[in-house]
Amino acid sequence: MSELVLQVKDLKVAFSTVDGVVQAVNGISFDVRKGQTLGIVGESGSGKSVTASAIMGLTNRKSADMSGSILLGGLDVLTAQEREIRALRGREAAMVFQDPMSALNPYYTVGKQIAEAYEVHHPKTSKKERRLIALDMLAKVGLPKPSECIDEYPHQFSGGMRQRIVIAIALVNNPRLLIADEPTTALDVTVQAQILDLMMNLQQEFGSAIILITHDLGVVAEVADEVMVMYAGQTMESSKVQTLFDTPSHPYTRGLLGSVRSLDNSERGALHTIAGNPPSMISLPGGCPFHPRCEFSASMNGLCATVQPTLRVLPATGSESACHLNDDQLLSLGLGVNHD
Amino acid sequence: MIAYLTRRILFAGVLLLAVSLFTFLIFTVLPTDPAALTCGKACTPDRIEANRTRLGYDQPVTTQYVRFLKGIVGGRTYGEGQGEFTCGAPSLGYSFSQKDCVTSLIARTLPVTASIAFGGFALWIIFGIGLGMVSALKRGRWPDRLISVVSVVGLSFPTFFLALLLLFIFVIWTQILPFPSYVSPTEDFFGWCQALILPWLTITIISAPYYIRLTRFGMLETMNEDYVRLGIAKGLKRWTVLRKYVLRSALIPIVTVAGLDFGVTLGGAVFTESVFSLPGMGRLSIKAVSDSDLPVLVGTTLVAGTFIVVFNLLTDIFYGFVDPRVRIHK
Ligand SMILES: Nc1ncnc2c1ncn2[C@@H]1O[C@H](COP(=O)(O)OP(=O)(O)OP(=O)(O)O)[C@@H](O)[C@H]1O
Ligand code: SF4
Ligand SMILES: [Mg+2]
Repeated sequence: MSELVLQVKDLKVAFSTVDGVVQAVNGISFDVRKGQTLGIVGESGSGKSVTASAIMGLTNRKSADMSGSILLGGLDVLTAQEREIRALRGREAAMVFQDPMSALNPYYTVGKQIAEAYEVHHPKTSKKERRLIALDMLAKVGLPKPSECIDEYPHQFSGGMRQRIVIAIALVNNPRLLIADEPTTALDVTVQAQILDLMMNLQQEFGSAIILITHDLGVVAEVADEVMVMYAGQTMESSKVQTLFDTPSHPYTRGLLGSVRSLDNSERGALHTIAGNPPSMISLPGGCPFHPRCEFSASMNGLCATVQPTLRVLPATGSESACHLNDDQLLSLGLGVNHD
Repeated sequence: MIAYLTRRILFAGVLLLAVSLFTFLIFTVLPTDPAALTCGKACTPDRIEANRTRLGYDQPVTTQYVRFLKGIVGGRTYGEGQGEFTCGAPSLGYSFSQKDCVTSLIARTLPVTASIAFGGFALWIIFGIGLGMVSALKRGRWPDRLISVVSVVGLSFPTFFLALLLLFIFVIWTQILPFPSYVSPTEDFFGWCQALILPWLTITIISAPYYIRLTRFGMLETMNEDYVRLGIAKGLKRWTVLRKYVLRSALIPIVTVAGLDFGVTLGGAVFTESVFSLPGMGRLSIKAVSDSDLPVLVGTTLVAGTFIVVFNLLTDIFYGFVDPRVRIHK
């Protein structure tokens, strides 16, 4: 197996708010290896972005209560000094945000913003060198006429072009890990595919590992190697991408796949068709967080409502699943999924 | 950018003309008879009528306005024969009650007002933005709370009361300062500061709280922007993010407000000048009101209006320079 880039262990993130404590992430663990793409899927509010912020050390330690560990570049992000984390940002891990319209500083040319990111980790380079690097990056992310674009301001570009620029900023230091938090959600459908292609091509070229956060199982199917399905701040299932689609091993995953297949193209990937709503993160239901919406919970004699299932490996598929159903029951979940 | 500039300047020109017309009209439709003001106690009905014709107050308003404009451009002679007075360009009129050209009156009082405005402005900007930054960076903790309590107290003082209070504390009670009497800064810089420190403080205490809030709000707002988070995610130093990402966008709207406020303050700090008996434009206007001295009122109003228009223009130009979204594509 290739080398570990990121190792998250039992990560918990809670925010104290006026309404109560929001348990946004509740004990998740995962590894990311060199060159690998991990997809994180889950409904809105399941804690995906909070996880991403925590990895980048962007969570405000004063307002959030965090535990567990996040090992990145030889440091534990949760306990490291701000100065040490700063040295990781951009080089060990870089980030692409959801909305390219607001992710770029409106007051500086895009060239300066790329050069600035490069300068953080290459402070001894000259302005001229950095400009050449920026030009090169603009060309790599496929902007037409880089030599003109470089002196233009963000508002002069379309959303898709801006997302390319954000990707250029993220990749300029050749990071070992790229975290993309719904990088295509805000874009037109046609542009979405281009941006994904670009990310995949650049991954080949730069060899970065990628964490791709998305609502869209279709996207995961296209680009990810591994998938982690999150619900209410917890991992429900984690498997190889092919396994997840062939033999989903968790009722929640099964629900998500069902919703993908029952939708027409225009709404592809929307996950809201599972009956019921995600739980409030302030007062989580006891037992399995999914039990109020799970069709199997009724037949489990109250077990699901009282005891929280832990992740276990299914020997038959190698998937991990957090569910009280037995192996055979879980394996039979996939039978209803049609593959056309 | 050139097109943007040209448009703004043309617009400011039109605005100035409108301001002059408007001011002129307001004071001509007032029930006060300008001719009756020309002779004071010595007035007789005959004399008033004679002066009315002599000074052109019997002419249609449009003619009077055109004469007024011509006076601004080329100077003007009021009356004729032995009672003739000439005011050089730009002439804004002649004050019969003060027996002087309005332009000279303004020229004499403007340095005082400008001194108050410059110093006060500098202090309130430094304190307003500085404390606003501290407030935003220490949000919710004691420095923020303290600053916000102090600002509310500052905001709740009426200007004249605050001015009197300062006067009482520093001049009458502790006698740290002499009673303010204006001297030119070129003559006696220290005396100038000494005379103006209390007016500056007054203006600062009244205006800074507003800037503290603007700065605090603007910074907190900007700190939540995605691009600020991206700046941090790039690995930039906290201070760099603050300077290049947060302050830049938080301060731009403040500069706009500040430009206008400065323009307004230059038009005369009426209460402050009155309490500290400083011979500025604010006091000139107040005196003109109580004397029904129309020419002076028209003059000071026009000058104050001009300052506002000019500073509005300057902030617009500034905006064009700092915000590429204004500069390009507009
Ligand atoms: N700073 C914060 N303070 C309080 N609550 C927060 C904070 N940040 C996130 N949360 C809460 O944590 C939960 C998880 O949020 P998160 O943004 O991670 O969801 P997500 O999975 O990214 O959803 P989406 O798909 O909508 O982006 C939500 O209930 C959210 O309201
Ligand atoms: S543990 Fe129970 S409620 Fe949760 S997913 Fe499994 S069967 Fe459903
Ligand atoms: Mg999110």
